[in-house]
Amino acid sequence: MLKTFIVGILLGVAGAAAALYLYPVVDQHREASIVSVGPNGRNIESFHVNVPMDRILVGAHGNNNPLPAGMKWPKDEVLQDVRVELFKIRNARDTVVGVAARTAAKEGSDDVIDWVLHLPARGSVFVNMQAEALEGGYRKGELRAGSREFGQLGGVMTERWVPDTSGDEDAPSGRIELVTTFVGSPEAI
Amino acid sequence: MKYLLTLCLGLLSGAAMFTAAMIYNPFVADRGISPMAVTDSELIVLSFSNVPSDAIVFTNDGNSQKKPFPEKVLQLWEASIRKSSAMATVMRDARGRTAGLGVKFSSDSERTRLLHGEALVDSVWYLYLPERGSLFIEQFENHWTFFRDVGLPAYQSGAKNWKGNWIGDLTAGPEALGTAVVTGGTGALKGLEMLAVESLSARAYSAEDGPIAAEGRLLIELPPASGDVETAAPDE
Repeated sequence: MLKTFIVGILLGVAGAAAALYLYPVVDQHREASIVSVGPNGRNIESFHVNVPMDRILVGAHGNNNPLPAGMKWPKDEVLQDVRVELFKIRNARDTVVGVAARTAAKEGSDDVIDWVLHLPARGSVFVNMQAEALEGGYRKGELRAGSREFGQLGGVMTERWVPDTSGDEDAPSGRIELVTTFVGSPEAI
Repeated sequence: MKYLLTLCLGLLSGAAMFTAAMIYNPFVADRGISPMAVTDSELIVLSFSNVPSDAIVFTNDGNSQKKPFPEKVLQLWEASIRKSSAMATVMRDARGRTAGLGVKFSSDSERTRLLHGEALVDSVWYLYLPERGSLFIEQFENHWTFFRDVGLPAYQSGAKNWKGNWIGDLTAGPEALGTAVVTGGTGALKGLEMLAVESLSARAYSAEDGPIAAEGRLLIELPPASGDVETAAPDE
């Protein structure tokens, strides 16, 4: 009887260790990436934000309709020219794949527009946009930093507001279209 | 039959002994002194409340211990983002004045290995410090010692809460010394590559609602001669 109990203990220890080793504690859901390959091997991927349904936060000084309801934006003078928005972001199949932050601010006479995209199963990117919009309503930005999958990449991202023209009752008023064009950095030989 | 019952009892005892040994494993200890504590470089010191209801906005899947704030905020219930959270908060300088805004995205990490005492969270910070510029911080955090020293005692207590004084570094990488990678985006910080450590100071914790009194701190090490950024001494 004692031997059986001791064997049980050993099996219990081994089983618990094996279960912890073999089965992942965290298993992030992955949506298949929809990537097309452009000239020079650049990977082009498109994301979008449906407005207003994907908005998590719209924070700005003097905003009379705070989002979410009940949110109190800080009244500090130093934050007067800062606007922060948080969104859910979707892939080309209209499936939510991550979250993003867009910050717009004034630094003296310059405008700052930064995006951070966070895709839980893949990594994050930090893009610093040019203040001036290009022809066609595009704004272009440079990938400043990335984490995990995006850590060794360089490239650009564009943002564009696309108003909805479908006229559907439950359609979003429009969408913010983000197109990333990334390429791996050449490795030193 | 009685041998089978004895075997099952042994299995349960073994699994329980393994779990206890894993939690109280003496080889999984705090990493000791933070690399930022012994640096000669200048530091940017930023603090923020780690209590969701003190943030401008905090959201997650809505079923986690930390409750979304404000109540009507959009929740991250979709499969791809269910194990993630997003927070926007005010960052304060070493004197307690508003220094800027911080946005933090965190996701449970697939590299979590409880066997090794690693409960990892992949996170990024975006900081905007008016008149100084923007920063992007990439890190992974290890919440194991916090869980062992604060979370578990809270679960075990009759009142389901913990009170005390726990201070520790959460940042565990990706840099070799367990520091985060910081990239300057705009302003005086543009183009700078820096290191950072996020630490946590907890004084009260509820097993049902998460942190009740807790303050986070970001220490960002500036490279030598990096310009006119307002800084604090390492011991401040």
